[in-house]
Amino acid sequence: MTAQSGKDPQKHTREISHRIVLPSESFAVRRALDSVQRALAPLCLDVEEKGTIELVLAEAMNNIVEHAYEEQPHGTIELSLKKMPNGVNFELFDQGKPMPEGELPLGRAPDPDTALGDLPEGGFGWFLIRDLAHDLKYERLDKGNLLCFRLAIA
Amino acid sequence: MDLNATTVGDTLLVTVDADRIDAAVAIRFKDGVREIVQNGPARIVLDLSRVDFVDSSGLGAVVAAMKLVGADRKLELAGLTPTVAKVFRLTRMENVFTIYPTVSDATEVADTAQRTG
Repeated sequence: MTAQSGKDPQKHTREISHRIVLPSESFAVRRALDSVQRALAPLCLDVEEKGTIELVLAEAMNNIVEHAYEEQPHGTIELSLKKMPNGVNFELFDQGKPMPEGELPLGRAPDPDTALGDLPEGGFGWFLIRDLAHDLKYERLDKGNLLCFRLAIA
Repeated sequence: MDLNATTVGDTLLVTVDADRIDAAVAIRFKDGVREIVQNGPARIVLDLSRVDFVDSSGLGAVVAAMKLVGADRKLELAGLTPTVAKVFRLTRMENVFTIYPTVSDATEVADTAQRTG
């Protein structure tokens, strides 16, 4: 690791954009998350901001792996990001199945008063995405699914 | 997914020796917990201090672990790192689990219970 070159004010004004194509597989998702953090390193994000990015992207990509491609590892996910004045814009494209009913799931908050046996073991993903992401937009294109959102960081 | 179990008083302390509980390892985590808690004490503390990241699959696996432990025993959590704590807070699961700031906070409870009990 080199010294804190990210503190250089030049770096903040420099344009940051990044694009990754990865297979629809959970370990590839891990590597992509790593790659995004490295690409955004010049922004000197704090733990909170890094956590937000990692969570939203992990949930969005896990959904593609599990639902759009139904755990078939031969699909591809295209992830691109671009630093904007009001945060970082992300786009995720896949060629898997469309969202049910062509819309994003609602993602309701789990009710903590639920009895132990009835507690949900999943379904938190869309709730987290909706909670943390801004300008969330889903489009079914001719060839696949496009998900765009902005994270209000940096 | 490495899970290390040690007994402290009447508590089984299970340390998750991994930096992530995510979609890639959620099933293995659940299987590992199932094996470890089979005949253990009534109180289990899951030490998450080495875990930097939990996604919704990982969170689901921790909830599943609590169900495996059952209603007559307790699964408690300790040492949540910032991003992990954030996931528990946002999903309101922090109200479902007993959460200790550190492992020693959790095991002190065990010591006190043993001395007074």
